[in-house]
Amino acid sequence: MNEETSERRIVLPGELIGEGASLRPGQGAYRDRADGRIYASRVGVMGKHSGYVNVVPLSGVYDPQKDDLVIGIISEVGQSNWLVNINGIYPAPLHVNEVPWRVEFGETSKYLNHGDAVLVKVFSVDETKNVQVSMKDRNLRKLSGGQIITVDPTKVPRVIGKSGSMINLVKSYTDVWIFVGQNGRIWISGGDASMQVAIAAIAKIESEAHTTGLTDRMKQWLEEHGTVKPAGDAKPDEFAAPRGNSGNAEENKDASEETSE
Amino acid sequence: MGGKCDIELIDKKGKRVDGRTPEQLRDVKIEVGVLHGADGSCYLEWGGNKVMAGVYGPREAVPRRVQNARRAIVQCKYNMAAFSVDERKRPGPDRRSREISKVISEALEAVVLTEMFPRASIDVNIEILQAEAGTRCAGLTAAAVAMADAGIPMRDIPVACAAGKAGGHVVMDLGKLEDNFGEADLPIAIAPRTGEILLMQMDGHLTPEEFERAFQLAFDGCIKVGELQKKALMEKYAKAVPEGNGNEAAKEE
Repeated sequence: MNEETSERRIVLPGELIGEGASLRPGQGAYRDRADGRIYASRVGVMGKHSGYVNVVPLSGVYDPQKDDLVIGIISEVGQSNWLVNINGIYPAPLHVNEVPWRVEFGETSKYLNHGDAVLVKVFSVDETKNVQVSMKDRNLRKLSGGQIITVDPTKVPRVIGKSGSMINLVKSYTDVWIFVGQNGRIWISGGDASMQVAIAAIAKIESEAHTTGLTDRMKQWLEEHGTVKPAGDAKPDEFAAPRGNSGNAEENKDASEETSE
Repeated sequence: MGGKCDIELIDKKGKRVDGRTPEQLRDVKIEVGVLHGADGSCYLEWGGNKVMAGVYGPREAVPRRVQNARRAIVQCKYNMAAFSVDERKRPGPDRRSREISKVISEALEAVVLTEMFPRASIDVNIEILQAEAGTRCAGLTAAAVAMADAGIPMRDIPVACAAGKAGGHVVMDLGKLEDNFGEADLPIAIAPRTGEILLMQMDGHLTPEEFERAFQLAFDGCIKVGELQKKALMEKYAKAVPEGNGNEAAKEE
């Protein structure tokens, strides 16, 4: 059972997925000290990759990684920092030094308040899983307007698609701004009708994330329900989103590449 | 236990009151992912027992004083519904349910990779909807499946089963009458891969030989139920990745 190495298969916690000292346990795997073999620790798809055996989980909460772009919601305002709910296990502090504004001590609430949505980047995760986030980067900002929906964090790569193919497909048929955070939160902004379609599309992607040929089926579905027609190769919402739809797409691309490593 | 009755718990042919052989389990049915609100869930029927388990987390443990700076804690709440037994059960926690919550928490904590989530809590809720002997085993078995469904990193999927002595014979998985009028009850929980014992309790009297036999039966029962747990999980997750090409972006390449 342990020799079929190239084949991907679903494994359950406690299932043998590899042995030998040369192989190392990666994500979702552990080495039993008693017998030296490697077993899965989560329900997921196993795969071997450059000396590591990994289990890509099929369920679970968001586990923050450094440089993840996530959508957070301010949950607490302090004198010199904010606490941001990033849909992870713990709230993440956002220090005043990590925002693009000059904030006087005690004036934090002038900039960000309880309940505000922010696009932030995970800039450090330490060994005790303390997470810190930052807004000091291109395109990181407070999100105003639009709507935030939440999907299962393990399905985020599917929503984004290969190099952003899936989300760009949705964008091209609906004329909305979409940003997909690695933590499963998705920000959508645009006309009411278009947003409805985009939300429905994402819900469909999430519920059918496990099926094959989804991109083609989504294309068909969007052909029927989409509010705009994609104009050839030109991105139809490029003029509608001058702030950088292309930038967004790039972020998505980066994000999907991160997860696929 | 030790109550008096004139029912023959096991007849001369070795058949038990509910028609089972001494080495036979009751029917077990497991369903995964039945609740939307929980991170992981499981509905389990074990003979006449009906159990619902929901798992939340890992999430920040509150209040702060229960946090462990080095690892996650597992907090289990076992509760019997008022309508779970013939005579209405007075709702709310009691001595018995607190004991069961504690032993199940400890059994589950032994397999979870708790050091991955310092200061966090994994909350397990076990609701007994209908009780018919062996609810702690059924509850633990359901909770283990719900934890796997919630994506909590575990060394193994724990499983529980009981054995005991009824009508002078050592039997597997006691039914209600055998539990009430039998001589002994021995529930155990194991990590099936290593055979490590996670929980063991005993009520009643057994000779050392009878104990050995009862333990072996309970162990075998655990292994059988463990297969059903895995089958139920596979049923939900196997369709997640169809053979051939899978989720193109979700997986590597």
